[in-house]
Amino acid sequence: MESVLGRYRNLTILVGVLFLQVLGLAVQVKRSADAENTRLIRIWAVDLITPFERGLVRVQNAGSDLWHNYFFLRGVRAENRQLKQQIEQMRLDQVRMSEDAAQAHRLQQLLAFKEQVIGKPLAAQVIGSSGSDLSRSIYIDKGSNDGVGLDMAVITAGGIVGKVLRVYPSTSLVLMINDQTSGVGAMLEKSRLQGVLRGTPNGAVVLERVMSDEQVTPGETVLSSGGDQIFPKGLPVGTVTKVSPGREMFLNIQVKPAADLSRLEEVLVVTEKQEQNAVVENGGRVRAADILAQRLPSVPDKPATDAATTVTGTSPSGSTKVVAPGQSPNASPKPQTLAAGSPKPATVEHAAATPSTVKVAGGASTGTAPVGGTAVRASSTHAAPGSGQPATGQVPKKVVPKAGAGDSANGSSGDTAASGSANPPVKPATAPPKPPVSQPAPQPPATEDNPH
Amino acid sequence: MPITYTSGEQIEVYRFSIPVTVGVPLLALFLQAFVPRRFPFFSIFDLPLLVTIFFAMARRNPISGLFTGAAIGLVQDMLGAYPIGIYGIAKTVVGYGASSLGAKLDVENAGARLLVTLGFYLVHAAVYFTVARGMVNMTLNWSWSRGILAGLANAFLGVGLYFLLDKFKQRT
Repeated sequence: MESVLGRYRNLTILVGVLFLQVLGLAVQVKRSADAENTRLIRIWAVDLITPFERGLVRVQNAGSDLWHNYFFLRGVRAENRQLKQQIEQMRLDQVRMSEDAAQAHRLQQLLAFKEQVIGKPLAAQVIGSSGSDLSRSIYIDKGSNDGVGLDMAVITAGGIVGKVLRVYPSTSLVLMINDQTSGVGAMLEKSRLQGVLRGTPNGAVVLERVMSDEQVTPGETVLSSGGDQIFPKGLPVGTVTKVSPGREMFLNIQVKPAADLSRLEEVLVVTEKQEQNAVVENGGRVRAADILAQRLPSVPDKPATDAATTVTGTSPSGSTKVVAPGQSPNASPKPQTLAAGSPKPATVEHAAATPSTVKVAGGASTGTAPVGGTAVRASSTHAAPGSGQPATGQVPKKVVPKAGAGDSANGSSGDTAASGSANPPVKPATAPPKPPVSQPAPQPPATEDNPH
Repeated sequence: MPITYTSGEQIEVYRFSIPVTVGVPLLALFLQAFVPRRFPFFSIFDLPLLVTIFFAMARRNPISGLFTGAAIGLVQDMLGAYPIGIYGIAKTVVGYGASSLGAKLDVENAGARLLVTLGFYLVHAAVYFTVARGMVNMTLNWSWSRGILAGLANAFLGVGLYFLLDKFKQRT
């Protein structure tokens, strides 16, 4: 036996070394299903290489800054003029877009949408790559000491870059979206078709899981869908470059990433994501369409059938509180106010028989309108966020919805509050399709607590 | 492009100083991680592989060759995103093969070096893909055109690099 091992000594050692590595690999693969901690040897290797990278990047940046900021300033005046013009143009665009955004926020709030926003972006510099043609990942100069954590989204102004795969004390490894092991929930901007964005072995990016009978055109923008719980919804991902029939019943959609993944220098790490209610922008202009909607004559709604109890406005989250007759409508001590960006919510008094008060078959209900993050309660003092203008006790739009419908048109009343002073004091105006039925309430109205 | 068979007595075995033994692989790993950030096309090269082949062929000792390959490959794995050991196994095989070949063939001339480097690049890729797909369950797709193109690019770079590294050789 010894002679055999001696004769094939080299081969035996080769097999032994390979066996050990295979064993180590098998252990890692098995453990990868669990939450994998960064291994110490990886930290050593990264600590060995990244300080040099970091130093070189600093030297490179210093040289570049010196050249661009002190010596090479040719054409700066012309560029400055051009940029100023561009700013003016963008300001005009911003005005238009803020109108649309405000409307979108109102609609979102109507439906009690939660929206994810980027809480804390952390700027980081790319200092290196994994150094492999097959693995597309980069190193950034921020780590756990700076608040970077696993699975945090990494983005640029252009679009998404990837997610944090490994965190070291002062550096992090970011897996880019064109790596073949990455996956990003994405959707097409126009058609809202959702799919999974994956990298390919040659570094391209494809959108998978879109059925072949769907219409997808080159040039269409791809956005993050938020389904992966890593990237906030709506971030630019890329542009469709080619669409062809793929395997099975799916399309093969090639996407050009919005961020230039091969020339990344600075990135942003989303260290904190916040989920908040959609917020109605205050201080926005009152739209002519809103005023018209308030002044339109109302169409009587079908009364609810439940005689025993009455149901009032549905909360933004869809929960509805039913209050038995006899309970005070003012059970809630004061209206709850959201931090909705309303600098100074207006407080208004409603008359007892405001259009927002509904009597339904012997009961009465009071709508609570989450307007701009402010609960609006009929027959009580309530805050209307409006645009800082006091509402005049008139909520012309329908406030009381069908039970559980969650469509109380409360957001509309926010608009009303904003522009109510321009309207007649009591005039049941209704926005289709569900107009109010406004009658005086002979019995104590039911109330609803706004969870917000 | 002659590849001559040489007897054991004709083969010259070289050794390297410790700074070169440690510094050159580390420099290769550093450049491999740093340069593609500025020049993305550079990622087609595999400097650690070229260094592994060079040391293995110069030392002509299979055991030192396989350990050199294993060490370089494992460090390369540690810098990457995938499990540690894929490059390690591939470079262990290459280190062993290159040193075994170096012990039998004269691989001092440019033509031989070109062919040997191309061959070992493909062997390295084959082992890497086999391990990655078979053990780690990664979905890698092999492209012959890309593989041969990358192999040729590495072979030409390798020939130049080997002549540069020849300066550090010390006769035993």
